[in-house]
Amino acid sequence: MPQESDSAERPTALAVLESWLQRRLTADAKGWLEEKKSTALLEDRNAYLAFALAPRKVGKADLQLTDDEFEEALAACPGWTPRGWTTDQAARLILLLAGPADCFGRRLTQLCATGDIGEQVALYQALPIYPDPAGLTARAAEGLRTNIIPVFEAVAHANPYPRTYFDEAAWNQMVLKALFIGSSLHPIQGIDDRANASLANTMIDYAHERWAAGRPVSPELWRCVGPFLDDECLADLERAWNSPEPMAREAAALALAASDLPAAKTLLASDPQLAKGIDSGAVSWSLVHETITVG
Amino acid sequence: MAADSPSDSSDEPIRLIDPHVHMSARTTDDYERMAASGVVALIEPAFWLGQPRTTIGAYKDYLSSLVGFERFRAAQFGIRHYCTIGLNSKEANNEELAEAVMEVLPLYLQKEGVVAVGEIGYDDQTDLEDRYLRKQIELAKEFDMVIMIHTPHRDKKRGTSRTMDVLEEHGVDPGKVAIDHNNEETVQEVLDRGFWAAFTLYPNTKMGNERMVEIVREYGSERIFIDSAADWGVSDPLAVSKTFRLMHERGITKADIEQVCYHNALACYGQSGQIKEEDWTQPLPIDQRNLFHGNSVLRGGQTPRVDDSDSLVIE
Ligand SMILES: [Zn+2]
Repeated sequence: MPQESDSAERPTALAVLESWLQRRLTADAKGWLEEKKSTALLEDRNAYLAFALAPRKVGKADLQLTDDEFEEALAACPGWTPRGWTTDQAARLILLLAGPADCFGRRLTQLCATGDIGEQVALYQALPIYPDPAGLTARAAEGLRTNIIPVFEAVAHANPYPRTYFDEAAWNQMVLKALFIGSSLHPIQGIDDRANASLANTMIDYAHERWAAGRPVSPELWRCVGPFLDDECLADLERAWNSPEPMAREAAALALAASDLPAAKTLLASDPQLAKGIDSGAVSWSLVHETITVG
Repeated sequence: MAADSPSDSSDEPIRLIDPHVHMSARTTDDYERMAASGVVALIEPAFWLGQPRTTIGAYKDYLSSLVGFERFRAAQFGIRHYCTIGLNSKEANNEELAEAVMEVLPLYLQKEGVVAVGEIGYDDQTDLEDRYLRKQIELAKEFDMVIMIHTPHRDKKRGTSRTMDVLEEHGVDPGKVAIDHNNEETVQEVLDRGFWAAFTLYPNTKMGNERMVEIVREYGSERIFIDSAADWGVSDPLAVSKTFRLMHERGITKADIEQVCYHNALACYGQSGQIKEEDWTQPLPIDQRNLFHGNSVLRGGQTPRVDDSDSLVIE
C-alpha cells in the first residue's frame, strides 16, 4: 500500500509515460503531443478532441517496454504493469494527466461516458496511476459492469487497482464475473492474497449451478476454493479430481495443495506424480491458465 | 448451406460489405447469418430509433453505443463494425435537442471506426432540417470527412436534387459524398453530378433487388453500391448477400458484382482512413487482443456458429 511519506521521491506516472514516448515517437508526433498538451490545459473540448485523435497522430504500436522501464513503472506506482500498452494509450493518459487538477474528475467521467473501446481500455487500465485513486472505486466498478470483455479486463487484469482499493464485496463480484463472462483469473493481481471464505462459498455455489445445467466448470474456479476447503467442498473438488479432463485434475490437485485439511493431503498423495509436478513447478496455475486460454 | 467461409460457385470466399445497416436494432442471429453469408464489414449510420429521443443524454448514450458495445458485438461474430455519426433529419426538427446534439458531435467524429458524418439529409424538407443539414456539411468540411446522405422517402426526386444543390453550394467534393436510398428516378442525376450512388434493398418501401439487377445492367458498377439499411422495421439484413447471388444468377459480370457489393463502398468510405481491407484480412495483434475476436472465439466457450435452424436444443 502506498505511503504518503515516500511519495515525494517517486517519479510521477506522468513523467514516466512522457519519458517512454520521448524514446519512441517521431519528431512530428512529439510535436503534436506537446502542442495538444498545452491546449488541453485550457479547454475540455480540446482535450477530448486530442484524446480521440491520438491513435492517428502517434500510432498504435506496442510500447514494448524494457525491463528497466517496467522497473520505472513499479517505482512510480506499486503493482503498475503496463504490459501490452501502446503509444496511443500512453499519449492519451499524458493528455488526461497533464490537464489541470480540478478538471481531472470531470474529464475522466466524460471520456469514459463517450469512449470508444480503445479509449475505455486505456482509461480503465490506468486507474492506479490517477490522482486520489481511492476515490475512484465507483468508476472502477462501472468499468466492470460492462459486457465488453476488453473493458472488463482493463480493470480486472494486470491491474493493481482492485487488490489495493476494492472492499471484499467488490472484489468477490469481480472475480465471480470474470469466470461468468469467460474471462480468466490468473491475470488478476492478488488473486491468491485476497482469497476469502465468502468467495470460496460463492464459487462452490457457482460450480453446482454449472453442473446442474450440464455446463463445464472452469478449472480456475478451484483456485479460489483450495485455501478454504472443508469436508463438504472436498466432495465437490473430488468431482473435478475425477474428471477425465486433464486440466480439471491438475486444477483440483493445485487446490488440494493449498489446503491444510488432512483429507486433502491424503487425496493429493494418492497421485504422487501430480504431487511431484506441483512441487517442481511442472503443474501450476500459470500453466493451467495458459492451457485454457490457448486451447 | 452453412459453412464457415461462404463461397460462390468458383469456390473463392465471398466478401461482402453492408455499408448501411442499423445493427443496434438487430439480434445476434442476424450477425450470425450475415457472417455466414460473407459479410466481413458493415457500417452503422447514426439514425433515429423509430420514435424520437427527447433528451441529449439519450442521444449521447446512443452514439456511445455505436463506437462501443455494438462494435464489440459485431467483432464476436467476426464482423468489423464501423459507424457514421450525425444528427438525423427527423430529430433535427426538435430544435432544442438538435442544438445540444450539434454540441457533442465533435466528440464522436474523430473516434476510431467513424467513417463519415451521417446519415444526414431531408425528411419533410423543413427549415430546421435544412439548417442542420448545412451545419453538419460544414462540420464534415472542418473535420475533412466523408458524408452519408439520407434522401427523403416522400418527394424523393426533388428532395435528392435539392440535397445535391446544397452540397454543391457548400463546395463539397462530390467524390466524398454517398447519396443513399436511390432509385430508378434519381440514379442518373446523382451519377452525372459525380456523387456515389447507394441503393437500399428494403422490402416494400425502397428498392427490390430484381430492380437492382436491372440498374446495374443499365448503369454498370462505377460509383454504385448497395446496402440493406436493415433496422427495427420489416427489413432484411441479408439483402446484400441475396442481391449478390441474384446478380450472379441473372448474368451480371463478376467484376461488376464485386464492385457493387464490396469494393465501391470500401473506396468511398475508405477515404476516411478509418476503414481498410487489412482490418479484416490482417487484424493487428493489438486488435486481436483487445477487440476483434475473429470467427473462432466467443469467450466463455460460446463459439458463434452457423445455426442449424432445425435443432430444437438450446444448450
Ligand atoms: Zn438508415
